[in-house]
Amino acid sequence: MSKKEKKLLTARFGNISPDSIDDYIKTGGYASLKKALGMAPDAIIAEVKASGLRGRGGAGFPTGIKMESVRRATGSPKYVVCNADEGEPGNFKDRYLMEKDPHQLIEGMIISAFAVGADYGAIFVRGEYIKAIKILDNAIKQARGAGFLGKNILGTGFDFDMDVYSGAGSYVCGEEFALLAALEGKPARSIFKPPYPTTEGLNGKPTQINNVETFANIPHIIDMGGAAYAAFGSETSTGTKLISLSGNVNRPGLYEVTYDITLREIIEELGGGVPGGRAIKMVQLGGPSGPIIPPSLLDLKIDANEMRAYNLSIASGAVIVIDDRADTLDILMRIMEFFHHESCGKCTPCREGLGQVLGLLDKLVDGRATDAELELLRNLLDVMSQASLCGLGQAAPTAIKSILQYFGDELYGRIGAAKEVK
Amino acid sequence: MDVKEVLDKYGNSPGRLLGAMLEYQRSKPQNYLTEEEIKAFAKETGLPVSRVYSLVTFYSLFSEVPRGKYIVQVCHDVPCHVNGSVNVVAELEKLLGIKMGETTDDGLFTLEYTSCIGCCEMAPAMQIGETVYGNLTPEKIASIIEELRRAGK
Amino acid sequence: MVNITINNKKIQVPEGTTILNAAKQAGIDIPYLCYHPDLDIKANCRVCVVEVEGSRTLQTACSTRVWEGMVVHTNSPKVRQARKMIVELMLADHQMDCTYCKRNNNCELQKIASDLGIRENPFKQVEKDLDGDYSSPSLERNPNKCIKCGRCIQMCAKVQGLSLLDYVGRSDEVEIKPAFGKYLTDIACVACGQCSVVCPVAAITEKEDIDRVWEAINDPNKVVIVQTAPAVRVALGEEFGMEPGKVVTGKMVAALRALGFDKVFDTDFTADLTIIEEGHELLHRLKTGGVLPMLTSCSPGWINFIEQYYPELLPHVSTCKSPQQMFGALAKGYYPHKIGKRPEDIFSVSIMPCTAKKFEAQRPEMSVDGKNPDVDVVLTTRELAKMLRQAGINFGALEEEEYDAPFGLSTGAAVIFGATGGVMEAALRTVYEVVTGKTLPSLDFTDVRGLEGIKEAVVDLDGTPVKVAVAHTLANARKLMELIKAGKADYAFIEIMCCPGGCIGGGGQPYGVTNEVRRQRIAAIYEADRDLPIRKSHENPAIKQLYEEFLGKPLGEKSHHLLHTHYFNRKKA
Repeated sequence: MSKKEKKLLTARFGNISPDSIDDYIKTGGYASLKKALGMAPDAIIAEVKASGLRGRGGAGFPTGIKMESVRRATGSPKYVVCNADEGEPGNFKDRYLMEKDPHQLIEGMIISAFAVGADYGAIFVRGEYIKAIKILDNAIKQARGAGFLGKNILGTGFDFDMDVYSGAGSYVCGEEFALLAALEGKPARSIFKPPYPTTEGLNGKPTQINNVETFANIPHIIDMGGAAYAAFGSETSTGTKLISLSGNVNRPGLYEVTYDITLREIIEELGGGVPGGRAIKMVQLGGPSGPIIPPSLLDLKIDANEMRAYNLSIASGAVIVIDDRADTLDILMRIMEFFHHESCGKCTPCREGLGQVLGLLDKLVDGRATDAELELLRNLLDVMSQASLCGLGQAAPTAIKSILQYFGDELYGRIGAAKEVK
Repeated sequence: MDVKEVLDKYGNSPGRLLGAMLEYQRSKPQNYLTEEEIKAFAKETGLPVSRVYSLVTFYSLFSEVPRGKYIVQVCHDVPCHVNGSVNVVAELEKLLGIKMGETTDDGLFTLEYTSCIGCCEMAPAMQIGETVYGNLTPEKIASIIEELRRAGK
Repeated sequence: MVNITINNKKIQVPEGTTILNAAKQAGIDIPYLCYHPDLDIKANCRVCVVEVEGSRTLQTACSTRVWEGMVVHTNSPKVRQARKMIVELMLADHQMDCTYCKRNNNCELQKIASDLGIRENPFKQVEKDLDGDYSSPSLERNPNKCIKCGRCIQMCAKVQGLSLLDYVGRSDEVEIKPAFGKYLTDIACVACGQCSVVCPVAAITEKEDIDRVWEAINDPNKVVIVQTAPAVRVALGEEFGMEPGKVVTGKMVAALRALGFDKVFDTDFTADLTIIEEGHELLHRLKTGGVLPMLTSCSPGWINFIEQYYPELLPHVSTCKSPQQMFGALAKGYYPHKIGKRPEDIFSVSIMPCTAKKFEAQRPEMSVDGKNPDVDVVLTTRELAKMLRQAGINFGALEEEEYDAPFGLSTGAAVIFGATGGVMEAALRTVYEVVTGKTLPSLDFTDVRGLEGIKEAVVDLDGTPVKVAVAHTLANARKLMELIKAGKADYAFIEIMCCPGGCIGGGGQPYGVTNEVRRQRIAAIYEADRDLPIRKSHENPAIKQLYEEFLGKPLGEKSHHLLHTHYFNRKKA
């Protein structure tokens, strides 16, 4: 184990049965809940704020501040919602968290609910994760049976219950308003904002919505205290991060690391490098909606401060390694086909723009594109990221934009290629 | 299992309709929802038919057309793509004698693409029913299909 | 109040104002397509994007509310580029046959494209050939024109409470259509056409029947007569650049004559007749313990609704035909004899604010001879305006003319049929005087006027209090039907009009209708009522004469055959 690996959220993985609440309790589970129920809600939020925990879904919003907003919001009832719609290709950390240690997530949600004053919680899991849904369903039943959910939890007078909700095949559910729409039984189409979920979320009520990994951190913060949690990390990035490492790498898999690790260390030391000793051509961070960076940037630490200087972030923690056999346009086509398939079709730039992007990329592939068309593509990407309604359309251009930034010659080099062949 | 039963199991709330309809669809040998069934879900939940139909056409795991007993869903997103998912598709098309999106004549297999199934650490991967198969090689694919052919007959 | 700066101009607007409305105050019109003042904000077309200083992305003016110190740019290079490109993207996925389009020169998308100066489209035209729906006698759907703004969905769901349209599919394959892509004739659509009124393009339109009218006018063997509904005269002017709420009755009559109609009659005449028959039906029901509350039957969208959604309540519906069909029955069952012609020599056209009237006219029972329809063609207000343009008639310059006899004379009671509450008020004016034998002290029943969804009033009929209710829009109608079903509707008489505001807000009326426009049209209706010499149906001398000469008495044998109808359970599975 690398010294920059740290098993906090993954400590129980493989050591307990996910079907056994007893295993969880025996390994210290639900102790944090007991501790939290003895604290004032504001004190819990203060610990979360002190921990410096930021949302692990990608956007990195400070969790404590979000919880405080929900707590202060006037509407009632309030909800906690777990975004377990891990649909971003290259990410699988949440699947592990749910399949290997479901009670950790549930405990984190119960503590959050107590802190923000929610009486109902929902875990929205993508429909493809059938196993995770079953494990969570069973774990919730067990938690209810043990008195951690339901009326008058552990005799404290606190009422809270939750259910698992299944998606049915839609990437955009990962966008929080689209997810809330799906939770209300609608197609996953986002809505304009503000207002934000903290004041008008599920059913128009104040809602704390966070990613699986974020909630899974909560019991540990309560257990060790916010300050201790913040101690392993920098000012801008505290705690651990789950890394989903995939692509052309010898040891793909899930790694829990501290924020002082570099991307190269993740790929070379944890992942064992590229098979066959091939060279890394590019690395995509976060998934299709993330940037594609050249090997020259791999010595960056995943710490927010360090990455921000290059307008990057570790986001959800996906690291997709692409070796030198890959064709840049082929990769881009695959990414844009993905977005084209997953666009909800609500707003014009995303609905109509993605098809046009594919058409222009296709021309580049064939070497038929002109300078004007590449310029059109650039402008279209700008408009999509500026004017789309939700994060999907806004982030869909990221990969191509980063290719234009770091591998621009590969696209410009295709212009007029067909002519040269003749 | 009928429509009412599955809805009762899910507490008959609009939010859990997706899960209920998915489970119902999976319980059917041909993995699809008929017009009558979609209308029944609308009636039982009190939602407009147009809304339930909207859901069925929005979410990619639903089908309005009969499919095979086994839906072979191949992931082709970037992590699988760079690990040769194209070859997985070619192998499956060859073995099953159908193209992507088609169903075998014996009604046993439907071949589909899926968005990422969160198994990138075992790319290339595919999902059949509730089971995920990773690190696919031609030999592995052949034995999986062979086994299902036997089991499905 | 909040201080903001729009395009370097400092203004003060109330808290909660959207950028769109704030800009309007500053004299800046921000274009939009999905937004509609009466519907929920959707922010999906993105045409109204503006730059807000400090925001990472462009913001939609329709949905973003101002904050203190906000600095907005509605015309920066960034905004212009985005707005233009968004419209170009839309056009690239739109059937571009503008010159052949029903909405040519009256299309919101076309106008914005023109305003933005789009001269060519850098984007490749999307090739698509989606199936349209031309099954209905009232409405047509062309999905190749749809820009997915969603206004129609909300109109159908929220205002009419029917939820027949929704998004189907996703990404660029998304379409707005009924479940399973069914035809409008195969679902419980009421043909109200409200979807067509809010559609910014020609994705949902009325079925055009103009050519059939030209054909009849050009046929020397036909006597072509036309009737005009009350609500048309307060809206037609809008098609020719007049302010909403302008009463153009006289010009309209002149225009119809100029088109070549042989006789120009008024549906108002049979509206008066409806009041006589319906009023007596109400009195009969009250006297004989008939089914109450009695429900009005003038609005064909409403009849389509109750037949398909509440057939068990059909005995409540007055058996009176609508004024259009009473007119049609007289046109084919009385008028030919009066002028020495055969019924088949008469071609009867009606000008209606309504798309459901097209459906009503072709119902098999709406035929006195059992072969030919009593009303041969129904044109909407919008179609009439098109005919006038085709004929080159300068509407504004026309001298006012009078309707022809014998079906041209009517009362203020008939005019107000065009607005929600109007049928009720007209009926009360007559019923009160017939029952009490007294003259009404005031003719204005203001309790039943206005845009409130459900209105109630109690009328004292010589010591007997009679409770009545008025509802417009089918969402409101549904509420009253549920009350009746629950036995909680202690009303004697209920007026239902299908469309918001009544017929003045009908599905065939000029585009651009908002609640503000509805109010102006309604005001015009009551203005027309006030200005007429006779304001009570039972005082219409032409009606009295018709009974003396032909019909005999209200609810009599001839009335029964010509003026009353029956309904069908058309509930769909």
